[in-house]
Amino acid sequence: MNFELSEEQQLLQQTVRQFLEKECPATQLRAVFEGETGFEPSLWKGMVEMGLAGLHLPEAFGGAGLEMIDLALVSESLGWGAAPGPFLGNALGGLAILLAGSDEQKQRWLPRLAGGDAIATVAFDEAGGLWQPEEWALKGSRTLTGSKLNVPFASLADVIVVGLAGGELALVEKGASGIEIRSMEGVDRGRRIDRVSFDGTPAQALPQGAEASARVRDAGLVLLAADAFGAGSRLLDMCVKYAKTREQFGVTIGHFQALKHQLANMAIEIEPARALYWYAAHAFDHIPKQAPRSAALAKAHLGERAMQVARDSVEAHGGIGFTWECDVQIWFKRAMFDRAFLGTPSIHRERAAKLAGW
Amino acid sequence: MDLSYGKQYEEFRAQVQEFLGKHWPPKGADAELPKEEGRRRFRALATEQGYLSRSIPKRYGGSEQEPDEIKANIIREEFRRVHAPGDVTGIGTMMLVPTLLEKGEEWQKEKFVGPTIRGEIGWCQGYSEPGSGSDLASLKTRAELVGDEWVINGQKIWTTTALNADYMFCLCRTEPEAPKHGGISYLLIPMKQPGIEVRPLRQMTGGADFNEVFLTDAKTPKDWIVGKRGEGWLVSRATLKHERNSIGAAATSTAMLAGLVHLAKTTKRGGKPCIEDPEIRQRLVAIEGYVRSHEYSGYRQLTLNSRGESPGILQLMNKLMSTNIGSEVAKLALDVLGEDGLLDAQAGEEMVMLPAGNRSWIAQYMYSLGIAVAGGTANIQRNVIGERGLGLPRDVFADRSPAK
Repeated sequence: MNFELSEEQQLLQQTVRQFLEKECPATQLRAVFEGETGFEPSLWKGMVEMGLAGLHLPEAFGGAGLEMIDLALVSESLGWGAAPGPFLGNALGGLAILLAGSDEQKQRWLPRLAGGDAIATVAFDEAGGLWQPEEWALKGSRTLTGSKLNVPFASLADVIVVGLAGGELALVEKGASGIEIRSMEGVDRGRRIDRVSFDGTPAQALPQGAEASARVRDAGLVLLAADAFGAGSRLLDMCVKYAKTREQFGVTIGHFQALKHQLANMAIEIEPARALYWYAAHAFDHIPKQAPRSAALAKAHLGERAMQVARDSVEAHGGIGFTWECDVQIWFKRAMFDRAFLGTPSIHRERAAKLAGW
Repeated sequence: MDLSYGKQYEEFRAQVQEFLGKHWPPKGADAELPKEEGRRRFRALATEQGYLSRSIPKRYGGSEQEPDEIKANIIREEFRRVHAPGDVTGIGTMMLVPTLLEKGEEWQKEKFVGPTIRGEIGWCQGYSEPGSGSDLASLKTRAELVGDEWVINGQKIWTTTALNADYMFCLCRTEPEAPKHGGISYLLIPMKQPGIEVRPLRQMTGGADFNEVFLTDAKTPKDWIVGKRGEGWLVSRATLKHERNSIGAAATSTAMLAGLVHLAKTTKRGGKPCIEDPEIRQRLVAIEGYVRSHEYSGYRQLTLNSRGESPGILQLMNKLMSTNIGSEVAKLALDVLGEDGLLDAQAGEEMVMLPAGNRSWIAQYMYSLGIAVAGGTANIQRNVIGERGLGLPRDVFADRSPAK
């Protein structure tokens, strides 16, 4: 029995965190958050240089050949740092091409994605909250007409993996004819989302799309759960620090049981759920039968837990917690994204119930 | 990560299975023995094999094994599978024996440890008093040395198993002039004597699992004290390096969830199984999120403990996790039961057509609250998580610091 990270995995998380502390401290983070694009090329370049863009891609394509657990650990660290940028869409787009693409498609895209020469994203959601492969309605093969919502950093992407009816997947390249990309003014300004419309836009089917799309979704659920855990645990850290420094009635407010118990409740909400996303990530590669349900459960649970911790964090900070100035809002919105992207907790609870045969 | 136990441990599991195959249920002449005698002989054999009383030295009747939480867990799993008797449970083996081994005199260990782990003598715990619950160190039961005997006067409460216990390990105030924590001694007191009266305490469930114990000039020999006079508080907090059961608590949670799912599948509402009701499905999966978090956190604690590393804040959360889950499970079960939630779990069977399973869920609705309070209330657990886990400042109570 070994349910603990290896030294390499601990080092990976530490390296990402240290990078973010150095390259994306609060002032820098806020500048990107409040900026025009939500994207800072030098920050992304740094992440690519650490190997984060191709961590899960085979070495033959310039990746690191690591597993979902490693990718999820990075996702946790990025949630912890509220790191802005296209990591999530890029990771899922790369995975889709890896699992569903032809040799030629893989050769064309994966080395570029791993090396940071191109950025990928995924266009799954359709109006009405149709996130799941079995719900996708957009039709077409060689050309697409219709639209997709909530596509992360579509305006940056060199290639978009689009979900189609029947759970099929297709690639659309940057600048393809008939494509229109408009910002949706997402709440998490570190992970911008766009509406992407196609009008006779040329597309290239991924041959194994129908078999792979559910697995790409499951990977997304694990990464979002991990990100939510990172965000929730960072918020708890922030609250504990605040409770140890802010004084009222002549003592630091952490002395008061009302707050102490609130923080203890936040800790017990979030900390045990670390093991839940680890398990889901481990199952993704090693326990195939349990992988889909574990991913759904982790995403539903952590989406909810991190959000509650975020709400409690505003309260625990008092008036200052409600201001734009206070950094809590950045992680609060991180949690909002993690909760809603790829489907809300109730959607994945119902899926988990079905997958259990209930 | 590797969730199997590994080759070495699977070999150990095979050995345990082979032993159980030979000895449980009892075979040959042993099968003819009276039930209790059969269990006693089996336990003796299992101890000889190193499967029971693992943390107890051989000279006191244990098997003195190297601490190994994974082996301990395999033993529990395999014994449970064939319903073989495991270590004798109860407050004597859980609390008194570790305390004696750490702090007791040699003669005390020789006299009490063996019979306790063999289940020959039973204990109750005299800690809480009517006026001293969470603030235990304010306890008032007094013991005075008169000649060669302690004479004890006072009242204890929430005393489980007091009716049948042979002895009580008891915190008494022996140094009334000393500061709060420094005035307490840890005494061992025979229960079968005229100075002790036990009155069952009826719970909200209608049952009586606890008692009040009244001590009126109760007596115990001068040397039946563990540690020195005034050291009782420290003695009661002696922690042992024995095997922690970090998976055990989560196993209870997973079993409860499985029971609840079964209940929801077999109970009908409007002609359809409850498990098809969207709200009940949502709540079941929401609870499962907590249950699996607890279960997998148990795997992590097991890993770290087996390496001698600390699981940190997680290990402070086990009780509150169990309590929270138990409470959510009980609430959902009562919803599933519907109209049966009007009935008393203790109602006579001739009066109502209440299946035994439903009866226990109704009882559990209240018992889950007892568990939340017993052994340190949920609010005390939150203090522990906040102070020891998150490093928040301790409550400002002038009298809380002296015992270190």
